[in-house]
Amino acid sequence: MPKAFRTAAGFTGIVLLSLVMTAAFFGPFMAPYDPQAFHPASRLEGPSFAHFLGTDQFGRDLLSRLLHGAPSTIFFGLGSTCIGVGVGSVIGVIAGTAGGWIDSVIMRVLDGLLAVPELLFTLLIVTFLGGGMGQAMLAVAVAFTPGMARIARSSVLSIRTREYVLAAIARGEPSHYVVLREVLPNAVGPIIVESSIRVAFAIMIGATLGFLGLGAQPPSTEWGLMVAEARQFMFRNAWTVAVPGVAIALAAMGFNLFGDALRDSLDPRQSQ
Amino acid sequence: MTLGYLVRRLLAVILVLIVVTFAVFAITMILPGNAAVMILGEYGTDEAVAALERRLGLDKSWYIQYFSWVKGILSGDFGQSLRLSLPVADVVGDAFLNSASLAGIALISVTIIAIPLGVLAAINRGTVADLVIGVFSYIGASMPEFVTATLLLLFLAGPALGLLPAGGFVALTESVGGFASHVILPATTLGLILTAHISRQVRSEMSEVLSSDYIRAARLKGLRERRVIRRHALPNSLAPAVAVISLDVGYLLGGIIVVEEIFAWPGLGRLLIYALENRDLPVIQAITLLLATVYALSNLISDIIIAILDPRVRYA
Repeated sequence: MPKAFRTAAGFTGIVLLSLVMTAAFFGPFMAPYDPQAFHPASRLEGPSFAHFLGTDQFGRDLLSRLLHGAPSTIFFGLGSTCIGVGVGSVIGVIAGTAGGWIDSVIMRVLDGLLAVPELLFTLLIVTFLGGGMGQAMLAVAVAFTPGMARIARSSVLSIRTREYVLAAIARGEPSHYVVLREVLPNAVGPIIVESSIRVAFAIMIGATLGFLGLGAQPPSTEWGLMVAEARQFMFRNAWTVAVPGVAIALAAMGFNLFGDALRDSLDPRQSQ
Repeated sequence: MTLGYLVRRLLAVILVLIVVTFAVFAITMILPGNAAVMILGEYGTDEAVAALERRLGLDKSWYIQYFSWVKGILSGDFGQSLRLSLPVADVVGDAFLNSASLAGIALISVTIIAIPLGVLAAINRGTVADLVIGVFSYIGASMPEFVTATLLLLFLAGPALGLLPAGGFVALTESVGGFASHVILPATTLGLILTAHISRQVRSEMSEVLSSDYIRAARLKGLRERRVIRRHALPNSLAPAVAVISLDVGYLLGGIIVVEEIFAWPGLGRLLIYALENRDLPVIQAITLLLATVYALSNLISDIIIAILDPRVRYA
């Protein structure tokens, strides 16, 4: 294991990430109850042996709902980040390798889009696309694109003047070879690091959209939506909001810690 | 700092804002639901819709609509709200002041708390204090505003303690105490994530500075540690901190939307959500443009502060 992952922070990140990914892949199969099943005799209860994390206003088992909501919450973050990173990187690499007026035009447009705060941008696009899980995912991806394009561009620019790239150009290699075989493989590091931290952010925005009623729709058990639905009962049973709320924070923290450890292990300045 | 640098930065800001007006206009143009249909409801007759479209100028081509919109903005006219039958400038103006007071209080308290926290962590690297600050900053950076807000409400505004109001707004001119008690929870919610972020940045900058040669030189010549920190290390780690704070203004402007909605704070964020739900295009356009302007200006100001703090910054 790289050194950065053997620190307390890196190790915690790995542990949280494995928990979160296990829940995302196998959560629905591990749930003890049907997430929509009502247990009228035990409504708004705290943790017990029958219900490990308590029950909500309809007596639904919170642990089962949490496990069923894990895939939609986590894959939302992963999916929107992948799309945003993919599109953003392509734009950034085009700007960085083309240079000249193409670069200038792309950068000015990106600057303009970056001036709109991300959550606001996402809200505008979600309203345009209409609420729902897929639309919200696309909106977050679009909102991430300008930032990722900037990072990809600057990473390409710093590599373009390295000796091995100049050597390839001097050898007379065709430009697609230079871009695909020399520049891209070396520009990928910063992009991967940034995107692993972005996943945390995407999970948080996705849950926020669910909370505002613009993302996942009932009867989904997406975690942000769980908090929104339980809010009016939170003073009668704090677990109804605390369970999904803390789960969101732990998932985001897992990706944050993992991303930071990844950055430390890839950054040669920190490796001594 | 040269005048040329200032002029160039100012021109860049104006260019950014021109792009923003295009983007905002494009997004609102393609929003589903024609504004005229929205106002009249689905049962408006075709003639009534057509007449209203003519009155609102919606039948003209997009570039005529764009230029008349921009022309209006330049003379301070943001149009008429479609839902509230008031000039957009009036509606947005009041909300802006309320948001600015909330965001301002959050930002100032964050700066006062986060910078010393980061310095403390860097000076005591590897100790319990550093660990506690580090854990806190990871927790803070991983909680979306609605989770923080919900948990704060649960503990501080619940029937158990009932210390603070769960939401609402009292104008500062009405009652200072009322304003203060209403601003605490939303400002804390906004501040938590920023404090986490900024203190972590200050810590990493400060640690880097503390291991540099000139700090070793300052220590070797026998300066007291206090003086080394205050006169040599701190000034050199402030410029990056200012850069991070200005980036976080963008985050703050997004966070304020959620926080105002949860705490019923009558600011731009709450107005925006209302406008989005009701397809009130002129209000959506005005708020987006306003928030983008604030963000662009805050970046400009931070660039100027950085250039003053750090004479090595080249005005390229």
